Amino acid sequence: MSEPVLSVRGLKVYYATPDGDVLATDDISFDLERGETLGLVGESGSGKTTATSGILRMVSSPGRIAGGRVTLDGEDMIALSDEEFRKRRWSKLALIPQGAMNSLNPTMKISAQIADVVRTHTGAAPDRARVLELFQMVGLPERIYEMYPHELSGGMKQRVCIAMAVALNPTVIIADEATSALDVVVQRVVAQTLAKVRDALGVSMIMIGHDMGLMAQMVDRIAVMYAGKIVEIAPVADMFARPGHPYSKILIESVPSLTERRPMKITEGITHDPRNPPEGCIFQLRCPHVNDGCTKPQPMRELRPGQTVACHRAEELEGAHV
Amino acid sequence: MGRIPRKYLINRLITLALTVLIAASMIWVIPRLSPVDPAEIALGRMASGAGAVANAEEILAQLRAQMGIDQPLIVQYFKYLKGALVFDFGLSTATFPTPVSALIAQALPWTLGLMILSLVITFVIGNLLGALMVWDHSPKLAKVAIPAAMVFTSIPPILSGLLLMWIFAAKLRWFPLTGAYGLTVDPGWNWAFVQSVLHHGFLPAMAIVIVTFGFWALGMRGLMITVQGEDYVKLAEAKGLKPRYILYRYMIRNAILPQITAFALKIGLLIAGQVLVERIFAYNGMGKLLYDAILDQDFPVIQGVSYVIILITALSVFIVDLIYPFIDPRIRHEGG
Ligand SMILES: Nc1ncnc2c1ncn2[C@@H]1O[C@H](COP(=O)(O)OP(=O)(O)OP(=O)(O)O)[C@@H](O)[C@H]1O
Ligand SMILES: [Mg+2]
Repeated sequence: MSEPVLSVRGLKVYYATPDGDVLATDDISFDLERGETLGLVGESGSGKTTATSGILRMVSSPGRIAGGRVTLDGEDMIALSDEEFRKRRWSKLALIPQGAMNSLNPTMKISAQIADVVRTHTGAAPDRARVLELFQMVGLPERIYEMYPHELSGGMKQRVCIAMAVALNPTVIIADEATSALDVVVQRVVAQTLAKVRDALGVSMIMIGHDMGLMAQMVDRIAVMYAGKIVEIAPVADMFARPGHPYSKILIESVPSLTERRPMKITEGITHDPRNPPEGCIFQLRCPHVNDGCTKPQPMRELRPGQTVACHRAEELEGAHV
Repeated sequence: MGRIPRKYLINRLITLALTVLIAASMIWVIPRLSPVDPAEIALGRMASGAGAVANAEEILAQLRAQMGIDQPLIVQYFKYLKGALVFDFGLSTATFPTPVSALIAQALPWTLGLMILSLVITFVIGNLLGALMVWDHSPKLAKVAIPAAMVFTSIPPILSGLLLMWIFAAKLRWFPLTGAYGLTVDPGWNWAFVQSVLHHGFLPAMAIVIVTFGFWALGMRGLMITVQGEDYVKLAEAKGLKPRYILYRYMIRNAILPQITAFALKIGLLIAGQVLVERIFAYNGMGKLLYDAILDQDFPVIQGVSYVIILITALSVFIVDLIYPFIDPRIRHEGG
């Protein structure tokens, strides 16, 4: 396999609080291959957005990057000066933010907000035709060119964010729950738009979300996060067919099915205090298969080619129900 | 956006007229609650000038007729309103028989000049400093120095005035002590006069600026903190825009909006605050006029000055209402 376009090693992002650091993203590692879409799933508060902000170097006080390496296109991102990193932003690493509703400047026209990022990074403002081309790519009507954000619907704003993200043809796009604020129908349509644009441009993408069903259709591989740790990474087919980690199993079995009624497997959220995670496996307090071995450190290990998991009982539990 | 709809304009004009009418009525009623009889004051003044006054009752009646206070209240009220419409507030009792309007016409340009100068300076400086207190890329010094400078906000304007006067006029002699322009220059549109006016106006304006900029800075600081947390500022950063551009176009541009409304409302308060500053710098503005009128219990002048202050405030609010939709696209000129 060729060199990954984005490589994250041991990334730690902590939030300082009076009672100690919240280990929001704790020692995560993964690779994003060229042209690939990697899904990042995990329940609310598992640290997905925090991981993103670490990669984008957007961690602001009380948070800090406590360690790790991020390499984009062979370049060490953490070592760059602020100004050098600023130049890499958007032209190489673009973001479709969580909460696109409020992500547009209310006192600037839509077209101006696309134009300013292009002007900053290329030195020349895009002409009207280029902006309209971007609009067309994401299915936005021409008439919004002169409009302000408050004149747009939520779905339209989301599309504006997608158009903005692809404006500079970046190497990597991170889409942070790009669709979860929308109603189900619009969600699907926007997700399709996103997939279409991605395929047209061949951009590599990290897609963050909760919706395993949507993920299954959109991504090549899935990384599962729990309480600041990645517990499993696998190609999407393997993940659904043979999940290795008990938490992945729970997530997958919680996807509602039309043909079968199943009780919800996830009842509570993350139970431990994120400032003081348990020794060993991060999931041991909620895991139905916990045993003595779980208090030992659980490094990510290869279960089968392409599938890595942080559970010492993975083989043993294969096929077992949660 | 676009042109101002007629219906909206009419609505605003009605609001403006009502505000002025109510305020004008209040400043008419309030002095009339006072037990003081202006005619007696005028008579007293005459008496102290000429010793005893023989036919006191007769003169009092004459004075009352001249001041129009011998008529029924309702007649007085409507006469007053009619007068107010054309800026006729009768005659000053202290400098009898100078028309109040003449006194105001003389004082108003000075006050407006001083006020606009100090208000613009304080608004720009205050908001900029407030923004710098929050901005991540401000020089470290700014984050320490600006809050320290806030102590000026707690000193009364009269002290700031005296302090500046003492340092820059008495000790350093950079600026004249008092007055609105030099005695040697010819009032009119000539360069020497304008220069003299600016030179004289600087210290009084600064006396106001140093006690008021903190108000704007603190307000701006709060607004900036809110804006800094907004998703669109975070995205602007992710877009790799230049920090300075983000500061102006994404942060200040949005944070300043409520400050602009406050700006209009502050104008009236500022004239009142200017009273003492004008007084110590012997600056012949509305503040000094009002101050003297209060000492002399010169009700027509008090009324006239208050009326003009209210009118200016109401007009500023009216103007801000009209331009607001152009600075905040979310606000529209709607009928209601
Ligand atoms: N400023 C902060 N101070 C302290 N803790 C924080 C701060 N911001 C986030 N956290 C904590 O970090 C953890 C991860 O938050 P994060 O927003 O990354 O989760 P997420 O996986 O993106 O969740 P969601 O799916 O709801 O978006 C949470 O426990 C959260 O409480
Ligand atoms: Mg999130």
